[in-house]
Amino acid sequence: MHELSVTESILEIALRHGRKAGAAAITDVFLVIGELSTIVDESVQFYWDMITEDTPAAGSRLHFQRIPGRLSCRTCGYSYSPREDLPCPACGSIDIDILAGEEFYLEAIEIAETRETEKQTT
Amino acid sequence: MITERVPVVEKIFGANDRLAADNHARLEAAGVFSLNFMASPGAGKTSLIEQTVRHLSGQLRLAVVDGDIATSLDADRAAAAGAVAVQINTGGDCHLDAAMLQSALDELDLSVIDLLIVENVGNLVCPANFSLGTHKSVLVASVPEGDDKPYKYPGAYRGVQALVINKIDLLPYVNFDMEYFQRGASALNPGLATIPVSCRTGDGLDAWLEWVVEQVSTNGRGHEIRRI
Repeated sequence: MHELSVTESILEIALRHGRKAGAAAITDVFLVIGELSTIVDESVQFYWDMITEDTPAAGSRLHFQRIPGRLSCRTCGYSYSPREDLPCPACGSIDIDILAGEEFYLEAIEIAETRETEKQTT
Repeated sequence: MITERVPVVEKIFGANDRLAADNHARLEAAGVFSLNFMASPGAGKTSLIEQTVRHLSGQLRLAVVDGDIATSLDADRAAAAGAVAVQINTGGDCHLDAAMLQSALDELDLSVIDLLIVENVGNLVCPANFSLGTHKSVLVASVPEGDDKPYKYPGAYRGVQALVINKIDLLPYVNFDMEYFQRGASALNPGLATIPVSCRTGDGLDAWLEWVVEQVSTNGRGHEIRRI
């Protein structure tokens, strides 16, 4: 699967925003992943620990917020989870909207800033 | 030391999406209409491309970009059928991305191409996440894969503009409930153009070729379709 290239993109985004904010280190990375996105948390974590070595994000923690999938029937208005079925479980219609579950973005990072005074003493 | 939360809110696939937009603009500017073929391995992407090239090379100038983990077997087949072909070896990557297509475009003279077919790596999961910048995407399914594929690989069935169901000559020999299959596909992608074919017997190919020619003539820019 492509979790390695995905993880590299996450690192690129995190480092870029870290630099912009003047971070000495990135300590936490918050990801939002929809249930319908085909991303495996464990693989991302595995690659993360490998590729962050020797970067300001070394040793940082990844946080995964999973967004449950939500479908809505355009025929009868019934709202349901994709785990139930894909066609509408209420009326059988196949005319559906996907309301949630396809998200995949980096929401925020937590950084450690080194103050000028601390910089001088260290 | 102080810690601070920095809001980011950036799509993980953002960098690829930006490159894809560049590719798209480049194809548009050159008047090339482009299709991205996706399928599981063995569904018949290359066979469908061969047939398409063979039948349309008289009226359209075709090029094929072939993505595979290794070898140039598929590009060789497309070239033998009469297309200009470029092979991309991903070296293990499970999908093509916009950067790979960008380098392939560098190898082509876009000014003499009407239709560019990109054959993605055989895989029903990953290619759907990486847009390339092509105009439309085609999913090639096949009867022996089973009728449950739309339910198991929903991502592949969303975001494509045509579904080709290949190997319909095998329907009498395989448990494949066409109605069940199509119900899943249309739940994921209402109104999807669905074209059953057999690349082996030629059944249904006319409808497919008609769809392609119509796409090129309505969406292609700058080129008049030359009738034979």
